[in-house]
Amino acid sequence: MNNILVLPMLLPLLTGFVLFFLRPSVKAQKIVSILSLLSLVAISGRILLQIRVEGIIRLDFGGWEPPFGILFVGDSFSALMVLTASVVSTLIILYAFTATERRMENMFFYPFAFFLVAGVNGSFLTGDMFNLFVCFEVMLLASYVLITLGGGKVRLAESMKYIAINVVASWFFLVALAFLYGTVGTLNMAHISVRVAEAGQGPLLSAVAVVFLIVFALKAGLFLYFWLPGSYSSPPGPIAALFAALLTKVGVYAMFRTFTLIFYHDEFILGTIIGTMAVVTIIGGCLGAIAYTDIRQIASYNVIIAVGFMVLGLAVFNEEAFKGSVFYLIHDMVIKGILFLIVGAMVYLTGKTKITEMSGLIRNYPTLGWLLFLTTLGLAGIPPLSGFIGKMYVGLGAVEGGNYFLLFIGFASSLVVLYSMLRIFMNCFWGETIINREDQRLFPARRLIPIALLGVLTIGIGVGAQALEPFVSDAARVMANPGLYIDAVFGEVES
Amino acid sequence: MKENDVILRTVTRVVVFIILTFGVELFLSGHHNPGGGFVGGLVLSSALVLLYVVFDIETVHQGVPFDFRKIAAFGAMLSLLSGTAAAVLGKPFLTQGFGYFDLPIFGLTELATVTIFEAGVALTVIGTVVTIILSISKDV
Repeated sequence: MNNILVLPMLLPLLTGFVLFFLRPSVKAQKIVSILSLLSLVAISGRILLQIRVEGIIRLDFGGWEPPFGILFVGDSFSALMVLTASVVSTLIILYAFTATERRMENMFFYPFAFFLVAGVNGSFLTGDMFNLFVCFEVMLLASYVLITLGGGKVRLAESMKYIAINVVASWFFLVALAFLYGTVGTLNMAHISVRVAEAGQGPLLSAVAVVFLIVFALKAGLFLYFWLPGSYSSPPGPIAALFAALLTKVGVYAMFRTFTLIFYHDEFILGTIIGTMAVVTIIGGCLGAIAYTDIRQIASYNVIIAVGFMVLGLAVFNEEAFKGSVFYLIHDMVIKGILFLIVGAMVYLTGKTKITEMSGLIRNYPTLGWLLFLTTLGLAGIPPLSGFIGKMYVGLGAVEGGNYFLLFIGFASSLVVLYSMLRIFMNCFWGETIINREDQRLFPARRLIPIALLGVLTIGIGVGAQALEPFVSDAARVMANPGLYIDAVFGEVES
Repeated sequence: MKENDVILRTVTRVVVFIILTFGVELFLSGHHNPGGGFVGGLVLSSALVLLYVVFDIETVHQGVPFDFRKIAAFGAMLSLLSGTAAAVLGKPFLTQGFGYFDLPIFGLTELATVTIFEAGVALTVIGTVVTIILSISKDV
């Protein structure tokens, strides 16, 4: 029994409800939020350390033992994700304190941000397939509110698309669950894995696996990413940053969980279908990132490229590549947070969205400019920043597996990412200054600090990769050996 | 335009109490039989919605002066806290307990903590349904 495991989901939920009642006082909301977020980070860190000491831990809700009850399972992978998500959302919400309009703060912005975090953490921790669906829904419902909050014609149009596509995806999820439950008669992930292994992954189960793949591909923006650029570029900075940092990563996480734990028998689905989807995603994302001149669109297409790259690790399917993908997931949460915050800040400061309309911002906002440059390097994977280590391990894995084509596509995409980001940097920050020093909008330090902290984090992950390595290898080891996860779930309950 | 709805109003006055009683019955029977917080909450909220349809929003609001959004949030919080209580007592999260008590009127009665959880669910359903109906009706 490890009640600490439920706290990353319980705490944000409770905070959300408390904030709901604190609606009249925005100040009280902020104080409660920050206290709750800091304790969330502390708890997530403790869970990670506890897993290091005790191995995979689990919590059976209400004492109902698996495979009958619902349970949360904490292994290094999920704990790393929870910790990163908590840290990143703390900094983004800290930024939102100064950047959110009063109108939105009054309309329950913070409660729903917390519900989003709760859903995300729940999805990372759950060990039950149906519970995964529920946590997805918690996260998505909160995101529906956040994306429509504030209104405006473009945003409402984009949110309609976003909601429609996600409702369809959720419906597919339910259908897939029904198929799965009808076939193997259980919803506990570890139990499903055992039964699938016993029955062999025949055509029927492979079809179920493909339906799951479609669901997670829609959520993560893998191959089926057509909805993503529009809906990620319409909300204001902090909300877009929360979405870009967390939502697609949950889809990627779910994909890794399902295909390393349950449906790992079919080479064709893993190597060919997922590999092709990843490659097409990367190429499509690259085209978009180069083609558009709207900085928010370029940033959104960078999300797509990153999703493709992470899934490459799944397609390669060996321990080294998993390690790379886990590193890259951690890196990507941080870097997409910082990227979308900076892009949102640039749009706020200049009132423009296209790179052709901005110029010479480095004179007005030097720190922001250099932070964007740091982000550029981080995204491209220049050592010693955080992107490098992930790319290196995925590359090593691909060499080991002999997937040279995937390797080439993955690394070629880094160059495109670098080019697309440098295009923003050079067009917007270099050149003739168009905004008068006297007329420029103020960008206060308290807004800059969260962005700078995320920047420090991306350097920290790169430089401190050695310290992270044991946790990440452990995560990759569990993914490569599903038996470890299954044993932990069906092991004796320690009381 | 004022419609002549004397029959509807008269019937509603009686029917609302029947619906409310049925809702409570469903809620309480949910422990061992079909029913429970969700269905009970839906039936209870249908009584409120009927009131809103027959009388106007202001009149009903005078009688039932609650902010239903807060009721929904309170209900969800109650459910969560009932689960947390188990965690505080050193049991796995969401563990429920029950016991038999000799109550004055009811005799030997089974009391279960899951009722608190279910009450939270019912309140959430009531709050959500009424909030949805009210916000849809406002724009028309």
